[in-house]
Amino acid sequence: MKINGLDWNLAPLAEHIWRGEVTPDALPDLARAVKEEGGQLVALWGSDERHLAGQGSGCFAVHAAFITAGGLAWVSAALDAKQPAYPDLSATFPQAERMQRATYDLLGLTAEGAVDSRKWLRHKAWAADEFPLRKDFAASAGDPAPVDGYPFIRVEGEGVHEIPVGPIHAGTIEPGHFRFSIIGDRILKLEQRLGYTHQGVEKRFEGRDLATGAKLAGRVSGDSHSAFTWAYCMAVEQALGARVPERAQWLRGLFLEIERVANHLGDLGYLGNDVALSFGFMQFWRLKEDWLRLCRDLFGHRYLFDRIVPGGVAADLDDPGRRRLADLSHRIEGEVRELKAIYDEHATLQDRFANTGICKPALAARLGLTGLAGRASAQAWDARVQFPQAPYDRLEVNMATGRKGDVLARAEVRFAEVFESLRLIRAILDKLPNGDLAAPLPVADGVCQGLGWVEGWRGEILVAVRIAADGRLDRVHPHDPSWQNWPLLEIGVLGNIVPDFPLINKSFNLSYSGQDL
Amino acid sequence: MATHLLLQKIFKTGIVSEPAPVADPALRTREQELQAEILKVFGQAVAIRHVDAGSCNGCELEIHAINGPQYNIEGMGVKFAASPRHVDLLLVTGPVSRNLETALKRTYDATPEPKWVVAMGDCAAGCGEAGGLFGANYASCGKISNVIPVDVEVPGCPPTPEALLAGILAAVSGGRAG
Repeated sequence: MKINGLDWNLAPLAEHIWRGEVTPDALPDLARAVKEEGGQLVALWGSDERHLAGQGSGCFAVHAAFITAGGLAWVSAALDAKQPAYPDLSATFPQAERMQRATYDLLGLTAEGAVDSRKWLRHKAWAADEFPLRKDFAASAGDPAPVDGYPFIRVEGEGVHEIPVGPIHAGTIEPGHFRFSIIGDRILKLEQRLGYTHQGVEKRFEGRDLATGAKLAGRVSGDSHSAFTWAYCMAVEQALGARVPERAQWLRGLFLEIERVANHLGDLGYLGNDVALSFGFMQFWRLKEDWLRLCRDLFGHRYLFDRIVPGGVAADLDDPGRRRLADLSHRIEGEVRELKAIYDEHATLQDRFANTGICKPALAARLGLTGLAGRASAQAWDARVQFPQAPYDRLEVNMATGRKGDVLARAEVRFAEVFESLRLIRAILDKLPNGDLAAPLPVADGVCQGLGWVEGWRGEILVAVRIAADGRLDRVHPHDPSWQNWPLLEIGVLGNIVPDFPLINKSFNLSYSGQDL
Repeated sequence: MATHLLLQKIFKTGIVSEPAPVADPALRTREQELQAEILKVFGQAVAIRHVDAGSCNGCELEIHAINGPQYNIEGMGVKFAASPRHVDLLLVTGPVSRNLETALKRTYDATPEPKWVVAMGDCAAGCGEAGGLFGANYASCGKISNVIPVDVEVPGCPPTPEALLAGILAAVSGGRAG
């Protein structure tokens, strides 16, 4: 595959996914080529390679996944053992910055030339000279490390003051710290400090069997359970050369769309709630509850936890179940259309939604805004549309987009995606092929790796997997789109009033646990 | 006209709230010595502060759900509040990440006595498969009771709304069926 007319020696790994090795020095050139072609950086992570005898000269590696015109390019660069370093990519792709800082905290790999090299995921759980994802790090609960402070960027001047919020928030949301610098009611600067829910998920994968890994992957961010589990299983199956039965592929698509509908219904309710329209909350959450209960009845779990497994799926659907799901999808579609008419006509709601929390298309493109928030700012990427894998290659997904990039645009994309997913669900129910639910996995013959790529409800989810020669997990990196989108929230709130922050935040609804890992 | 459509939808929907589940005394982990006094002071009304001590956000989905119309939690006298200083009960999800250990302890200390703590979910309770997967490690203190005293543990990944309500009611009522 060529990127921007140049050959980077990338070989096909799976449909729409390419794999290659570059030298660290070539990474910035590659990044610029991707950027010039209109692509984006999706993920950046590192790995310890020192235990892989005979796998080349590298002792550490830095990995990057780029979305390009030809698909997803996963490139790795081997790094020196004594001074593991690679050139900064955030000058080309600003979204690399926090990923680079996390890669240093976890593995001690330095992004040379980066403007911001403050710690990111490390708070006080381990010391500055310890790196949890190195294989020689003891993963036990050790003594607490000495606390070193975090230097926030201060805004000074007459009339400026700070509002620190969190990590414990006033509502039922995840923990994180927001430092507002304000003048009057207007936000002059917002700085986020995340990493509070860091659970050491990546370390927990190490040495686990493949089935247990699927359960861990699904709990990286619980609201994207099916997306993470599917991406993980896709990576494992790719690494092992496993074939997944067709019926299982279609059921995975069904589960992913069910998850998308559930999350969008919940968010649309909360968006109403945040502008004092509790009617919206009650109506959408009534529908969401009906949806979840049907999932429990049909598949045994309200959020479909652990229904996607390596090799296939662990739940089936009979004919009466198909009819019930089709019937409910029709009813919910009708009711959401009624509720959309009310949202459309509701003056207070429209006044609060429109022109609030704007991320303009040019800025969204420069900073790599992705997923549903990206689509609301004219970033027209959806893996189900441009790079469809089974079953989406047979479904003709329609992409929802907007241009204004405000709260209203993000709500509109959600409405459109609810309708489209309900349509897709009925299409899947119509076309669901017969056959097995799962196939046994081949046994690993040596170290192998794979990359799963799934368009979750929030955006694209990647899971990179390396399986050791003993068939157990050696390194797993799950990537949530919240990595790219959190920095845009800092910018989207600028010039808005503080009371609009909860609304803007909810319109993105980013995952803390998904980026804290 | 939005008001017309809105009222029409409200009347068409009707009341969907369901009867409350029965309190489950089996979920209690320690005797609540102040229980009689609490019941005297608060009756059956209780204010809750949710604290995410490091969960995957799966449990939070069900906390949102019990605020929905079918469960009508406010109709039972249970209300979520914004500050720990205003509440009787902390509903904690987790495991407790080391990065939140201090914040959780401070939240506990800021909650006035008498108070209850309900640990929600397998990770918070340190049970089940998820609890095993998310035990203590370099980044995590493990279950909630490793960090603050816990009255009731509600297992599940995530616990269903019924189980969560039963756990909250068990803490509040001491097992007496509502």
